[in-house]
Amino acid sequence: MKRCLVVLMGLALVGGVGAAPAMATHEIVIGLLCDRTGATQVVGVNLCPGSHDYVKLLNSKGGVEGHKIKLIEVDHEYKVPPAVEAYERFKKEGAVTVVLYGTPIVYGLTQKVTEDKIPGITPGFGRSDATDGTRYPYIFPLMATYWSQATAAVKFSKDQLGGSLKGKKIAYLFFDNPAGQEPIPVLQDLAALEGFELRTFAVPSPGVEMGAQALDIAQRYRADFVIAHLFGRSPSVSIKELKRVGYPLRKVVSFVWGAAEADIEAAGGWAVAEGYNTIQFAGVGQDFPVIREIKEMYKKEGKEPPKEMASTVYYNRGIVWVALQVEAIRNALKAKPDGKITGADVKLGFEKVKGVTLGGLVPPVELTPNDHEGGGWVQIWQAKGGKLVKLTDWYKAYPEVLAKHIKEAGAKK
Amino acid sequence: MIHRECGVLKTSYEADMAFYPLPIARWAVAVVAVLMFVVLPLGLEEYYLSIVNLISITVVGALGLNILTGYTGQISIGHGAFMSVGAYTAANFAVRLGFPFWLSLPLGGLMAAAVGAIVGTPSLRIKGLYLAIATLAGQLIIEWTINHVKWISGGVQASIVVPRPQLFGLTIATQRQMYFFLLVFVVLAVVGTMNLVRSRIGRAFIAIRDHDIAAEIIGIDIFRFKLLAFAISSFYAGVTGVLYTYYLGIANYEQFQIGTSIDYLAMIIIGGLGSVLGSIFGAIFVTLLPIVLRYAMEAFGGLVFSPGDVLNIIPNLRLIVFGGLIIFFLVVEPEGLNRLWRNIRNYFRVWPFAY
Repeated sequence: MKRCLVVLMGLALVGGVGAAPAMATHEIVIGLLCDRTGATQVVGVNLCPGSHDYVKLLNSKGGVEGHKIKLIEVDHEYKVPPAVEAYERFKKEGAVTVVLYGTPIVYGLTQKVTEDKIPGITPGFGRSDATDGTRYPYIFPLMATYWSQATAAVKFSKDQLGGSLKGKKIAYLFFDNPAGQEPIPVLQDLAALEGFELRTFAVPSPGVEMGAQALDIAQRYRADFVIAHLFGRSPSVSIKELKRVGYPLRKVVSFVWGAAEADIEAAGGWAVAEGYNTIQFAGVGQDFPVIREIKEMYKKEGKEPPKEMASTVYYNRGIVWVALQVEAIRNALKAKPDGKITGADVKLGFEKVKGVTLGGLVPPVELTPNDHEGGGWVQIWQAKGGKLVKLTDWYKAYPEVLAKHIKEAGAKK
Repeated sequence: MIHRECGVLKTSYEADMAFYPLPIARWAVAVVAVLMFVVLPLGLEEYYLSIVNLISITVVGALGLNILTGYTGQISIGHGAFMSVGAYTAANFAVRLGFPFWLSLPLGGLMAAAVGAIVGTPSLRIKGLYLAIATLAGQLIIEWTINHVKWISGGVQASIVVPRPQLFGLTIATQRQMYFFLLVFVVLAVVGTMNLVRSRIGRAFIAIRDHDIAAEIIGIDIFRFKLLAFAISSFYAGVTGVLYTYYLGIANYEQFQIGTSIDYLAMIIIGGLGSVLGSIFGAIFVTLLPIVLRYAMEAFGGLVFSPGDVLNIIPNLRLIVFGGLIIFFLVVEPEGLNRLWRNIRNYFRVWPFAY
């Protein structure tokens, strides 16, 4: 027992919550899986600090409806068994909602969270069909799924190519894993609908070699537009290779996991990536009130704001994810002010989330019992003159195509 | 010590072949059995049982690889792929034909055994590092096939949701129920392996490992036994994959990639090649060490670093310490944790009269 106590005290320290044992009963616990090591660690190291800073800020302002939030993070190296262990630990600590981080992890834990009635959020990690809340009551994609991103990318390319895609050639460059393949049926449907030609270019794992694909796209297929869906190190390689074969990067649009400052820097800097378009499902940059408040909070402590903050794409996503979870918790607490909420309460809370904007940082998500994605809103930002510049405001496209696929997935079992 | 080995005289072949020649060993087994079947499941919280469950599944896989690599001397980097073969076979049978787990589980194992025997055919001509590369190719081919053949993988998401196993109308869902479910297979795997390696087949495996030409000269059919080793090992791997599938409720090949194969190889090397106990030690060590290290760092890291840094340092330091400990244990005892345990035991056997 004594060891347990030591561990718990350590946890309290780590969580940055400080020692407040009297509050312990009313602390609301959120579990955050994270990968600061492993194949996609470039995301985790910048994203997770954003979540922690937001929770810290929230607690310094008195928490949610008077209750403090405790965010427990466990690193899982993007592997399933450690993620299972971490999830069980969150459950033991009384987590009412968890972040399921990584596509295989989402698949591996879907059945478990449903049995345990603990809502798991899977922003940007797939299971596009989980948009259907009646089929997956405890899975919340929360933000634009790969299917929604595919429709948004096609809409964007249509606008860029002068309003019509008839007879145009679009290349889909993707990481050859289930997450990468997920949007293909949607893209094929859109190709038939808009009359463009679609060709897919698979990049095998680990995705650091795509000279052949880039050459194919630029010089043999002569694509009019490229939609890229890559992970980890590979987005930077795609920028570099497409640039090398002379393909104009303003005709490339990347899904959300190839859209960060880190990818552009790894590709050789902003000058190389000039014109590269990215899909974003959270605000980019530091021009948001909540970011200023976090900076203020650090200043008051006499510290510099964390360096991860400069990687705004990922850091801001970390804020947005937790902010939406917090909103769900707030809704749950409104129904049960004593703070004794369960995962099932938070699930109902999620389904009432609406109108959280944080000054433009969060897309206009509106969740319902049927729609666990909340609309699938995205923005397009372009690399221009050393920073990402906003090209479009929040938008979504082809809702009827998406609805059809979600319905088909539901019918298939 | 509480027991002495004097007076244990073997008068029959059966006595000589016995698992446990000493009465105390039988008592020890009984104690372990009570611990596993009563004390652990009743005394531990769900969370700790979930860790035990992960170890249980891993033990089955490690035993399988040890039969092939430890006992027969054939290196395989395709163990993870054989797991995925088992996982998808069982998932397809369970979902498409509605098979219960006690049918789909052995079928998954058998399919993996068949695929394993095919991937193992190069072992008839090549050895050592070359075989390792051949099995690596097998791993990649199987991964690619599952990823791209929708008939196997059930669609673009390459994952098949499997219903929870049921036994006599009881659904096995909680960690405690899962614990008993998995324990049965661990016991079967352990007892099966112990018996296998002292049988005619097991001795043939060991002869092949020690010198395959000599083994052939004394009349062992190399062709048959090498493929048999691959098949049996893959059967274990397939069953491991099926257990993962039922444990998680989904078959997904992404958790059975090359990294997994390497992890299992690391496990049996750390635990001890060619020993049943070593496989168990290895599985426990590799699964538990990262968890223990994390708790230790969460408890004491805050004394040295700021909370924000701790979060960044924990996972990285964990990898470093993990790697360091593997090197440490291998330097201290190249034959693995099993040998370390035997050394300790042998020391206390004659204690306090060490010579």
